[in-house]
Amino acid sequence: MSTTVETTPTIEAPRGGAAGRKAAKVELKGQDLAERKFARKLIAPGLVVAILITQIPFLATIYYSFQDWNLARPEERSFAGFDNYVAVITNGAFLPSVWATVRIVGGSMILSLLLGLLLAVLLDRNFKGRALARTLLITPFLVMPAAAALIWKYSLLEVNTGMINWGLGLIGINPIAWNTDYPATTIVFTLTWQYTPFMMLILLAGLQSQSAEVLEAADVDGASVLQTFRHMTLPHLRTYAELAILLGTVFMIQVFDPVNIMTKGAGNTKTIAYLLYERAFIGQQIGEAAAYGVITVIVTIVIATAALRTMFKIFTEEAR
Amino acid sequence: MTATTRRRLGTAGIGVSFALALSGCAGFGNLGTDPGVTTVTLATVNNPQMQDMAQLLPEFNKLHPTIKINMIFMEENDLRNAATKDVATQGGQYDIMTVGAYEVPIWGQNRWLVDLTDMAAKDPAYDVDDFFQPVRDGVSVENRLYAVPFYGESSFLMYRKDLFEQAGLTMPERPTWEQVAQFAEQLKDPAADRAGICLRGKPGWGEMFAPLTTMVNTFGGQWYDMSWNAQVEQPGFTDAVQFYLNTLEAGGEADPVSFGFTECLNLFSQERAAMWYDATSAAGSVESSDSKVAGKVGYVRAPVKDTENSGWLWSWNLGINAESDSKEQAWEFLKWATSKEYAKLVGSTLGWSKTPPGTRKSTYQIPEYVEAGGEFAPLTAQIMSEVNPKQPGVKPQPWVGIQYVTIPEFQDVGNQISQLIADSIAGRRPLKLALNQGQEIAQRAGENQKKG
Repeated sequence: MSTTVETTPTIEAPRGGAAGRKAAKVELKGQDLAERKFARKLIAPGLVVAILITQIPFLATIYYSFQDWNLARPEERSFAGFDNYVAVITNGAFLPSVWATVRIVGGSMILSLLLGLLLAVLLDRNFKGRALARTLLITPFLVMPAAAALIWKYSLLEVNTGMINWGLGLIGINPIAWNTDYPATTIVFTLTWQYTPFMMLILLAGLQSQSAEVLEAADVDGASVLQTFRHMTLPHLRTYAELAILLGTVFMIQVFDPVNIMTKGAGNTKTIAYLLYERAFIGQQIGEAAAYGVITVIVTIVIATAALRTMFKIFTEEAR
Repeated sequence: MTATTRRRLGTAGIGVSFALALSGCAGFGNLGTDPGVTTVTLATVNNPQMQDMAQLLPEFNKLHPTIKINMIFMEENDLRNAATKDVATQGGQYDIMTVGAYEVPIWGQNRWLVDLTDMAAKDPAYDVDDFFQPVRDGVSVENRLYAVPFYGESSFLMYRKDLFEQAGLTMPERPTWEQVAQFAEQLKDPAADRAGICLRGKPGWGEMFAPLTTMVNTFGGQWYDMSWNAQVEQPGFTDAVQFYLNTLEAGGEADPVSFGFTECLNLFSQERAAMWYDATSAAGSVESSDSKVAGKVGYVRAPVKDTENSGWLWSWNLGINAESDSKEQAWEFLKWATSKEYAKLVGSTLGWSKTPPGTRKSTYQIPEYVEAGGEFAPLTAQIMSEVNPKQPGVKPQPWVGIQYVTIPEFQDVGNQISQLIADSIAGRRPLKLALNQGQEIAQRAGENQKKG
């Protein structure tokens, strides 16, 4: 067998469409086919393990979601049909919680992206102690979420002794009851503080990968600093920003510690993660919690598919 | 070395490692115990009183060398989940568990805990009648005892005697909520960063709803009527919550939704509140040396409206898992840890302020304890014997318990409604709407209970 036989169909396949693929298939005969079959057998155990590991928890969740199972009433465990799903939809906790998640994650995302961009631009310059500044700026991302929540709750936002109210007092603003009056904002503060360094790191990588020649050419052509930033740097950063947003969303959507420590789910801070925790461990309704989980997965798949499609569209447009 | 010997050695090697692995598994947790010694596993909350107990285990071993106690400490919520899972699945992993007063009747009814009535009555020296009656009622189902109380607490009103004197006010021995609200308004001083009263506003059935439910009781309201219809929208309930909100607004702390037990304790001991309505067990910390208000605090009964008493009742108890293999040995330990002598043992070895309070009348007759407990010890003893968990409010109720309802759904119901009320405290949600939604949540649990 020659290498040309193997490589040609794989290159042609996307272009030639169905006919090309068919042709490639026909070409596989005798030893080739046997080899491929053997290769598939070798991969099979790995594939099976991969499927089991990734899908068993989800299948178990689906199974639980059809059970009427309250941990505190074990003798009443039974098949529930779609009761749990009906309960999820009718008791009106799901949509507000989705909305709370969108607001908190969205708000923190925008703020941390903007602050991250600002810090990244500053760190992109050469100055004495840059390494130290970078390390200092990264630390919030390294602090454990629970510790971060405690710092915000007791050191910064505490009504009598918190630093923020003290600072506001210096400019003559009365102490603010943060947790009572602005619970969702306090969560956004905490998340923004934690994830700004993450955004900054990714955007900084983008800035540093910018070719100096291009920037120099812009300078020679007489573009101002702002113009260069607007027309050269920002488009270049776009892919990096998209990656930062995608990863950031995945991390932030799991927010739990600040909610549990600071607001206990009151005042539009009951995110999906916290709602699930409440249903499973305070309500002890395993079936209902599982149903929430399944619906969340479905909704996430739908949204993620749509979001990824638009993103790929942007990528390909940019390539042209 | 021939091939055969090598193979033999190999086999022996595999055999030895296999045996080691086996014995290692079997002996885990039992390592180092002599034959004839039974290991009893105790799952417990990690609060100071239980850690003191761990320190005193050698004393127990002197009396019972054949029983080894293996204590596993957990955070309160973890313990609740681990223990629930263990008893509900009949795992039998833990022989003894610390169980809160809220769960004892539920678990007792499910027969997850061993009925201790007869064992406790058998030993006259143990003296069951020495326990405060309300505490015993709280851990009994149909007069059968399912756990033994280790320490207990009620609630009372703490106030700053110096501030009251300055303002020319006198605190009556049995204040009403009306009076307390007035005092709070008068003593609130934003310029000095001082609240009139600290009341818990942090969402949670064990946080906001502990004091708030006692208020609901004394205002003539209740969670459920005798046939498990939710009463959240009835006048008694709504009036109480409205009064709670008004009091917080006019005389309470700033940012009330942040404040639970710990936060109020800090506020009060840092001289930032004139009154505090909370657990009797808080008094120990209030009078401790690192508190700024030690010696300046007076104690009176929980404020009332339509009832004579309104203190709550909570106890941490020791119960035996119905699936345990070593019930006899477990009971020996329970008897020791909740005996009259244990109180004296703790006092004389670790200090009298560490004696587990609120369970036995005899503890309050130990002169050293009363001396160390100051003003609040005798009052605590009185309140503990006066409260009535069978009917804490104006109307009869189908469960035993004061600041909680002993149905599995209550922690969920209490949590959700307290979150709604937190919104009302902030003015985001009208109280009427919050309680209307609360009624629905409570009714759903009530329907479950009606089904039996």
